[in-house]
Amino acid sequence: MMIRVTLPVHLRTLAQVTGPVELDVQEPVTQRAILDALEAAYPMLRGTIRDIATKERRPFVRFFACGEDLSHEPADAPVPQEVITGTQPYRIIGAMAGG
Amino acid sequence: MSEVRVLVGTRKGAFILRSDERRKDWKIEGPHFPGWEIYHITGTPSDPNRIYVSQSGGWFGQVIQRSDDGGKTWETMNNEFVYDGVPGTHQWYDGTQHPWEFTRVWHLEPSPTNPDSVYAGVEDAALFHSNDGGKSWRELSGLRDVKANLWQPGAGGMCLHTIVLSPDDPKRIFVAISAAGAFRTDDGGVTWRPVNQGLKSDGELPDATAEVGHCVHSIAMHPSRPNTLFMQKHWDIMRTDNAGDSWHEVSGNLPTDFGFPIAVHAHEPETIYVVPITSDSHHFPPDGKLRVYRSRSGGDVWEPLTNGLPQSNCYVNILRNAMAVDKLDQCGIYFGTTGGQVYVSADSGDHWQPIVHDLPPVLSVEVQIL
Repeated sequence: MMIRVTLPVHLRTLAQVTGPVELDVQEPVTQRAILDALEAAYPMLRGTIRDIATKERRPFVRFFACGEDLSHEPADAPVPQEVITGTQPYRIIGAMAGG
Repeated sequence: MSEVRVLVGTRKGAFILRSDERRKDWKIEGPHFPGWEIYHITGTPSDPNRIYVSQSGGWFGQVIQRSDDGGKTWETMNNEFVYDGVPGTHQWYDGTQHPWEFTRVWHLEPSPTNPDSVYAGVEDAALFHSNDGGKSWRELSGLRDVKANLWQPGAGGMCLHTIVLSPDDPKRIFVAISAAGAFRTDDGGVTWRPVNQGLKSDGELPDATAEVGHCVHSIAMHPSRPNTLFMQKHWDIMRTDNAGDSWHEVSGNLPTDFGFPIAVHAHEPETIYVVPITSDSHHFPPDGKLRVYRSRSGGDVWEPLTNGLPQSNCYVNILRNAMAVDKLDQCGIYFGTTGGQVYVSADSGDHWQPIVHDLPPVLSVEVQIL
């Protein structure tokens, strides 16, 4: 399935892309599968979204889709159908962390 | 005519400052990696166009960048800093033991002879080495055999911030760790021992002369005298002439012996520089006067250097990696401040001028002569 992923600006710069990236992700399409495919296509992003060793989400990174926060959903749960069909992007966000 | 290239790491990106050997007129290039904390950006002695960068941030963690063309283009290198074996634990603020957790790279130290060999000092404190120009990293974990369960983070984190490679013995390395001390290996990093004898930390440690636990802020060496090192400790300027086997205090007439960086003149091994800071809670110069102090006698007798530096209402700090010297005949001294200024003296400290006023807080300064 072709999945669209949007990245925060710092990660777009690091990955040397200017807009959403498209990833071919095998079913079942889960958050873990999307992130695995993203890191395989853009290895410079390894460790910036998830801890390299534990694969845990970094504290100030969030995952959004279809107006929902998926950050606390299980990594192996399927993502919304609109993401799978490519009508909605899977959004990786730098969380609000200021004052 | 030689080109001078100053590499500056800041809280919000890296900057490259270029001049000729007169060091009067400067071109400012950057920010590179805008928005990221650049704890260290440094060139490689054996290949000056190879530059290594530690790029990190609270959102997206640690990235290592490398340039092979003097900073024109960059390549993202491996950022997999995995502690060797079971990471173990160290002291935590509440007296419990806390697991080792990687946070960031504080310092990158390339080999003087091999551009692919580079060491990385990290938080939580450990030393890593790459033999392939940053494509992979391996911990020299023998360092953490030295009573590491007794190390504990200071206010700035438990960081390995200083790496000094001995110029005459590739197997000898010195490192310094905040709130842990100084350590030395004589076998290329397999085994280590603490080299803290003579340090006294009355206000900070229950045993003022403990083998480990001293808060070493930085150490420096002149390459012609590899057994002589100078140390800016939390408090106290220290000196050793036997490769760290014993230290003695050389704070002398300094107005305060608290501070962060220490540097040695490029051509005068007994000429050293510090920037006194009021205290561990007052991280600004005494009396609002920014003064570099120079000793031409290897310590004990110090003179203030003020010409061109602000002498009123100055309340910046100078961090441990933010001072450097160049190797031109007229030795240049450089330092950056938490107020975003980078100063240069082209005459060993007698006169100073700002290169740039308004950068983000400066974390590191290095200089190359091309």
